[in-house]
Amino acid sequence: MSDPQAALLVCQKLNALAGGLFLLTAFGMIAMRQVLASLNLFVGQSILLAAAAFFLGLQHGSVHLFVVAGITVFVKALLIPWLLRRIIRHEIYARREISQVLNIPTSLLIVVGLVMAAYFISSPLLRVTPDPFIRLNLPIGLAGLFLGAYGVMVRREAVPQVIGILSMENGAFFAGVAIASGLPLIAELAAAFDVLIIALVMGLLTHRIHERMGTTTVGRMVSLKEE
Amino acid sequence: MTQRILFNILQVLVVMALSPLVKGVLTRLKENIQSKRGPGIFQPYRDIWKLFQKDEIVPEESSWIFRATPYIVFVTPIFVALLIPVLTGYPLFFAFMGDMLGGGFILALGGFFATLAAVDTGNPYGPMGASRTRMVGFLAEPVFMIVFFTVSFIAGSTIPYIVHKHWVMPLANFLEPSHILLMLAFLMLIIAEGGRIPVDNPSGHFELAMIDESKGLEYSGRGAALMKWGGAMKFFVLLCIFLNVLVTPWGLAHGETLGEILLAIPLVLLKILIFVLILAVIESSFAKLRLFRITEFLGAAFVTSVAAMITRLLEI
Repeated sequence: MSDPQAALLVCQKLNALAGGLFLLTAFGMIAMRQVLASLNLFVGQSILLAAAAFFLGLQHGSVHLFVVAGITVFVKALLIPWLLRRIIRHEIYARREISQVLNIPTSLLIVVGLVMAAYFISSPLLRVTPDPFIRLNLPIGLAGLFLGAYGVMVRREAVPQVIGILSMENGAFFAGVAIASGLPLIAELAAAFDVLIIALVMGLLTHRIHERMGTTTVGRMVSLKEE
Repeated sequence: MTQRILFNILQVLVVMALSPLVKGVLTRLKENIQSKRGPGIFQPYRDIWKLFQKDEIVPEESSWIFRATPYIVFVTPIFVALLIPVLTGYPLFFAFMGDMLGGGFILALGGFFATLAAVDTGNPYGPMGASRTRMVGFLAEPVFMIVFFTVSFIAGSTIPYIVHKHWVMPLANFLEPSHILLMLAFLMLIIAEGGRIPVDNPSGHFELAMIDESKGLEYSGRGAALMKWGGAMKFFVLLCIFLNVLVTPWGLAHGETLGEILLAIPLVLLKILIFVLILAVIESSFAKLRLFRITEFLGAAFVTSVAAMITRLLEI
């Protein structure tokens, strides 16, 4: 085995490692009961996403994947948590359990089913390509997407739902960097900026809701309130 | 042949001699992290020695199970120590007598008799602790199964020596996502089975909150010493499986000379001490879970192991 090939193999394994841990953080977000822990896991997940983009960049020798990794770390691991902590401080630091439709063991079992579904759905697509990076990233990204959506569905509060949407975006990105590595940089920039705006708008909205209603528990807001 | 049998017996002696030390170091480190002085690292040896000197009291209503249990609890880890790589990287004489599942069953036999003995005494706290241990046990069982099946699927065998060989060869195997996930799941299992802090508090003195400890409350004298020593050996054996087979398969002896085997003892001990340091940090930074939260803890371990299996089975 020649040297660059060995380096490539290590690169591929490191990417796989980032993928495995990415999946684990997605599980963790479903299993957590407190908002702050969820947010910290989201930060960890974003850093793993950046790591995966970095390893892909090493493999393809493309600079713009490095830039993508940099943007991800800056926007998702630093800026968004900072914004959320600033705008909805009392919600993030609330030391109580997130109200959920299903209890956590049930959720975890359903989530395992979702991950299997992600693998089965992506397996026909994977027959097309021999690229090991795509073979790994597509199912894990898809699973991240499903798990984020599941988090949004099951939780009855606004802030965890925002975090769920953001982690869905992470999942889509995780698959995206592998499939469409030739995407122009401007598109990546726009996506990152979009996410930032989404976080800001939702954060502000949540803040307003909290001011008006005194709670952000979406489940309790089914009936309209008259002034 | 005789040499290999001797090494195998040496392996058992190492497990017997060093297991109280590991317990002592763990207790000491935990106290130090919580800025207390704590007992010396040789305290478990002194405890066991003291208990062997004392008279034994047996409850009147108890049957033979109560009397036989300390010996079973003491002997089962020794049998498992014959099957797993403690010091050597190559199979010893008894290595093919049983695989990892066999080892698991032997360890479970000790736990089974400890449970029966706790119910046997008629002490109200015993059966309570026993039923709680069974609860943790049956939640941990599926995780054990999936971890073992995934590991043996990857290595193509359930004999621990062969599994260990598989991880040694290329470093790339070590970084596989399924391997990392399996390590995490097994770490959570060790915490649950060893009765460490997020699941059970090993240094608690409040009977109502006990899980593992309350089973041994009725034992005194020699019985208590054997139970204590057996528990320490079980923990040591679990650590050996975790570290030598799954996590860090380095530092084991590969030569057939006595010198190399003796050199492996401090190396293995060093690995275990490093892991014990990590465990002490984990134990000091978490609070004990409420009883019904243990389901979630082990549910998370189960999901982790299933994720490891999925990433392994479906990616290729």
